[in-house]
Amino acid sequence: MQLRKDYFADVRKDGLHEIGQGRPRLDSPGHVTGKTAYFADRNFPGMLHLKMVRSPHHHARIRSIDTSEAEKHPGVVRVLTAKDVPHNVYTILILIQIGPEDETVLADGKVRWKGEAVVAVLAETERAAQEAAAKVKVDYEVLPAVFDMEEALKPGAPLVNEYHGQNYYLYDSGECRKVRFGDVEAGFAQADHILEQSYQSSPIEHAPTETTGCVVAPEGNDRFTCYTNTQAMFFTLDNTSIILQMPGSKLHFVGGTVGGGFGGKVDVIVEPIAILAAKLTGRPVCFIYSREEEMQISSPRAAEKVIIKDGVMENGRIVARKVTGYTDAGAYSRHSPYGAQKGAAHYPGPYTIPNVWIDTYCVYTNRTPSSAMRGFGVTIGDFALEVQMDKLARLIGMDPLEFRFVNAYRDGDMKAHRQPTEGAALIECMQEASRVANWPVAEKYMAMSSYRKGA
Amino acid sequence: MAKVPVQFTLNGSEKAEFVESSTTLLHALRDKIGDTSPKGGCHQGTCGACSVIIDGELRLSCLTLAETCGGADIRTTAGLAESGVLHPLQRAFLDAFATQCGFCTPGMIMAAKVLLDRTPNPSREDVVEALSGNICRCTGYEPIIQAVLAAARANSQNAA
Repeated sequence: MQLRKDYFADVRKDGLHEIGQGRPRLDSPGHVTGKTAYFADRNFPGMLHLKMVRSPHHHARIRSIDTSEAEKHPGVVRVLTAKDVPHNVYTILILIQIGPEDETVLADGKVRWKGEAVVAVLAETERAAQEAAAKVKVDYEVLPAVFDMEEALKPGAPLVNEYHGQNYYLYDSGECRKVRFGDVEAGFAQADHILEQSYQSSPIEHAPTETTGCVVAPEGNDRFTCYTNTQAMFFTLDNTSIILQMPGSKLHFVGGTVGGGFGGKVDVIVEPIAILAAKLTGRPVCFIYSREEEMQISSPRAAEKVIIKDGVMENGRIVARKVTGYTDAGAYSRHSPYGAQKGAAHYPGPYTIPNVWIDTYCVYTNRTPSSAMRGFGVTIGDFALEVQMDKLARLIGMDPLEFRFVNAYRDGDMKAHRQPTEGAALIECMQEASRVANWPVAEKYMAMSSYRKGA
Repeated sequence: MAKVPVQFTLNGSEKAEFVESSTTLLHALRDKIGDTSPKGGCHQGTCGACSVIIDGELRLSCLTLAETCGGADIRTTAGLAESGVLHPLQRAFLDAFATQCGFCTPGMIMAAKVLLDRTPNPSREDVVEALSGNICRCTGYEPIIQAVLAAARANSQNAA
């Protein structure tokens, strides 16, 4: 195998010998002695416990909220509703200009998914907060809900999110992200075989052992320290600053120690409301998801549907690929418009295909908002693409690994989204896989290289 | 709410607390006494992160009422190292890269300790069985199993 040293030549050091060496992890001594400080290991005198009143309906108008009984419950210190939140409507990716703001910190007039936060109750003990939360009376007018992406896109479907105005994310490219490369219909016309298949996945929960949460302590000078297990410290800091209309200098975030994240802790959900509660009460506040909340309320990986149509030649070349992808954002955007966009760039796979047509939709339904999880936008796509590749190989009676050699991208190939291929190592990876897995391929494939002369 | 006194030893030190009758041992240890090495992952006895040793038995502190622990000898991972020297299990977990996020680690070490106290030379199956009540969501089970087996080997070499 050839080791290319021209990539990153200016930053590459030849004196490093770390590969193959065991290096102790810096955090392990704390883990094995029980000394590592997770956010919930912080305890402050007088700390209040926050519990959320959540929507029991998938889609409903809120006629009224009555917190009077809850406020009288022994141990209750404060009850928060939408009107207490300075900038209640937000969206995480507004920081990189991906709007509109479409989600409420506390529901205002409407709930769009079962489990949506409506009222926050603060009490001296977790038990008092829980009992008081059960005494909050919310009068709902239940609305028709939609749970299926294709149903949501049909005319006349219930409108999930008024901030979008339709049940899909409106990209600058229109109702979906689009990739157009070559002439896909001409490719299909020329193909020896055509295979169209549909793939779909359900939402997947990250299920970290440490549930989502934070502990907030007022510093006594209108500044607040927030101990959090967020995986996205600066997203959280900046979004909290927007939601609470407070300068970042008043917000001191302490984090980095996460008891399992897997992408499930990149949303800005617990910190703004907990800091607001600490500000309004002057007391330390802890807001920790129960196991039930972690499983039912925290964002899962989006459900996806992927329809792939390929045109393939008898000799193994894929000559045309058309993909329609649907990403179920649930009721709010969070990171899903970005996930769907990643899919659009990814669907040709690591293969060189001359004619490509891709549409990916980010769809709103009355389901739990989805967000990031390990390669979101790409992982389910890869499942669909590689199953499709096996089916195509079977269709033309070719070995599935050899079929991938025929189509593998190599340096200099133009990808469908018009990025030239550079630094590819797929051929070499597959050659190694062939050896290690004892899955032999014809000698001509073992003689191939990702690198072309002049590339 | 009425409180009851409870007195026990934690890692060899006498402790006395007043607790409400519904207080779990997990809550008492973490929030009253200040030993945060047992972790609360599910508070319903399924994840094992809160595992502690009570009178030599592996127990889920989230399902144990503090007031039932009067006079008990309670051990946690925080008390395992002696005079700053890591216990062989702690050393083995370090050397075998048996921690990822670390949240399950104190519970895993407690479960492993009860196993090795009773079965100094366990089989791989014994280790798997002993850890079966402890969830590692990072799914680093293999290094954890190897760490427990390595600790057992280290113990038997020291004993020889």
